[in-house]
Amino acid sequence: MEHSPGIADTALSNPVVETVDVQPVNKQERRELYKKREKIFPKRVSGTFRSLKWGIMAVTLAIYYLAPWIRWDRGPNAPDQAILIDFPARRFYFFFIEIWPQEVYYLTGLLILAALGLFLVTSLAGRVWCGYTCPQTVWTDLFILVERMVEGDRNARMRLDKAHWTVEKFARRVVKHGIWIVIAVATGGAWVFYFADAPTLLPQLFTLQAPAVSYIFIGALTLTTYLLGGLAREQVCTYMCPWPRIQGALLDEESLVVSYRTDRGEPRGAHKKGQSWEGRGDCIDCNQCVAVCPMGIDIRDGLQLECITCALCIDACNSVMDKVGRPRGLITYDTYTNSQRRERGEPARIKLLRPRTIVYGSVIVVVGLIMLATLIQRPTLEANVLRDRNPLFVTLSDGSIRNGYTVKILNKRHETRSYGLTLEGLNDPKIAVVGQQDVGDQARFTVKPDSLGSFRVFVTVPTDAVADSSMPVTFVVTDEDDGTMAANDTSFRGPDR
Amino acid sequence: MAGQPDVDEFSGTETTGHEWDGIKELNNPLPRWWLYTFYICILWSIGYWIVMPAWPLINSHTKGLIGHSDRASVARSIEEAKAAQGALASRIAETELDQVSADPELLSFALAGGRSAFAVNCSQCHGLGAAGSRGYPNLNDDDWIWGGTVADIHQTILYGIRSEHDESRQNDMPAFLNDEILTREQVDDVVEYVLSLTARAEDDAAAARGAEIYAEQCVACHQEGGVGDRELGAPNLADQIWLYGGERPDLVETVSASRRGVMPPWIDRLDSATLKKLAVYVHSLGGGE
Repeated sequence: MEHSPGIADTALSNPVVETVDVQPVNKQERRELYKKREKIFPKRVSGTFRSLKWGIMAVTLAIYYLAPWIRWDRGPNAPDQAILIDFPARRFYFFFIEIWPQEVYYLTGLLILAALGLFLVTSLAGRVWCGYTCPQTVWTDLFILVERMVEGDRNARMRLDKAHWTVEKFARRVVKHGIWIVIAVATGGAWVFYFADAPTLLPQLFTLQAPAVSYIFIGALTLTTYLLGGLAREQVCTYMCPWPRIQGALLDEESLVVSYRTDRGEPRGAHKKGQSWEGRGDCIDCNQCVAVCPMGIDIRDGLQLECITCALCIDACNSVMDKVGRPRGLITYDTYTNSQRRERGEPARIKLLRPRTIVYGSVIVVVGLIMLATLIQRPTLEANVLRDRNPLFVTLSDGSIRNGYTVKILNKRHETRSYGLTLEGLNDPKIAVVGQQDVGDQARFTVKPDSLGSFRVFVTVPTDAVADSSMPVTFVVTDEDDGTMAANDTSFRGPDR
Repeated sequence: MAGQPDVDEFSGTETTGHEWDGIKELNNPLPRWWLYTFYICILWSIGYWIVMPAWPLINSHTKGLIGHSDRASVARSIEEAKAAQGALASRIAETELDQVSADPELLSFALAGGRSAFAVNCSQCHGLGAAGSRGYPNLNDDDWIWGGTVADIHQTILYGIRSEHDESRQNDMPAFLNDEILTREQVDDVVEYVLSLTARAEDDAAAARGAEIYAEQCVACHQEGGVGDRELGAPNLADQIWLYGGERPDLVETVSASRRGVMPPWIDRLDSATLKKLAVYVHSLGGGE
């Protein structure tokens, strides 16, 4: 704890707790059009939520940087990277899942799940995403950590910012921006590993052998990481991100949000050690909650658009309450109805099960189950039959009728497979395949591993077997090794009778 | 708007003074860096006008400093695509016609190129699906007047049918009635006989009289039993496919006035690779022999 007795700026109120001379720069009354940005110097804080945030930062960054290096054996004809977006081959690999471009609806399902998950979490506990896991928050936190290590805590940073340019100031700034740029390059560097085999790409990147697009992406992400995480910080959340506006609509009166307990805190005022707490609130107006806020607001003004609910003010206030000997939780996760209940003298309670959360939760379960079921049942063989439409049919010299079809067979296995084609629903059909000699009544096709085979098939039916101008026919493609079947209904066209 | 700014009571924010049915537009503060970003965008657009083609003039437009042109870049892309095909195109040109199908890479190149060349040059008469129409043969079926091997098809495409080219396939069926070779009754009898070849005759006596005339006048080209002769380009009269219709009035007209369909030669219009691609493509349509 650095706010120990002795170094307090203005120790008028309480010998233990420093009162910080700080203005919430983004307070509503201080807003004006085209105002110059005021820098925020968030003070260091420690406590439950700070520890939680360090933990989440470590886990999310570890996932981001390490995930492309996880290996996953798919056999000889497929990449062994667990998570890989393979644009040239048009495949997406995620552990046991492999998705072809036409199966992009799985991605849609994933996005629906992500959106609903966000809705559910937000209605339960406010902007949890913003406060803990959003990349903007995580990287900004990391950049502030670097800044604090190089330039010191709030007061030192403010002094350095106001100071004239000296060698020391210059050196500290160079070191800070240097480390930021290293982090930014690493961010872009990790990104490209999701799109190529990571162990192959890494040496290529250093020997300048990697494709140009890799360097372009690393450069773009370096720039955005440095700009958004290092320089823009809270401006991104307040002015650029649409999410705070949407989340306002997702909250209700039972949502847990970071709140200042007015009923306990007011009337606020300075407090000297040994003074009575009778007839006054617990808030000693030390402004610690304002000093630690990375968004530059005063949580005691109530829920605000700028607040990302990072909960650092809770940690700051709890340590102050510990020192002055009052109970924790003056700033805490609380709901709007609880503040009203307390006014009416009713006990506070938390209501997690509400129509809103039940609907979100059950839709998540349903969508998740559908996704799971379709993924488990994802076929390894698909067949599509496209009937020629020009000409619809061809009359041959002996009067028999011929139709042309394009048969597309998707072999999703990682090995070459042979398939047989049989027809159901026609009388005495003769099958011919372009490029194959007499195939008899069963055509055979070979399709390479993990690819699509396209075949031209002609079906001829004797004239007296053509009963109608359109007859249903089913193409059945059978895997000759394991008997997997894919059936495709189409029609056989002939002249009007 | 003059004087004191209007302040919304509920939010405490200034308004723009615009109001619709009691709803006022708030003038929420925008940070200065964003304002500057906006100015930078305006400056950028001015630079863009100077560098890129931008302003319409009466007959033209400003060209821009770097001389960018979408039309030129499309032309460049087409040239690049042609150059990229160069290797395959020259391989096709050098490969014997009947060997093209043996090489899967050449075959797929020939089929793709043949399809697009067919659409540009041939589909006007033969149709996009090559199904033909009255007077223009269907190229999907197995009935070939001049032969259905890939070499026969190539020959037909190169020199045409009854065209002005010296190598053209030539034949000439007499206009039996118009040239007064046969009388109207004799024409009817011959038609009756031809109908009998596909079991459609109604008057056996007339068919028998027609058979005698057929043996005198027609058999040299159309052969015994009407099976035709591809060397001479004489169509098969005993099958189910009729280029100009197979009903009685159609046949009467054919015998009376003859049919002299013309297909132009393509040897002087298309390069040899394209001609081979067309032959391979037509051969692949289903009737190739």
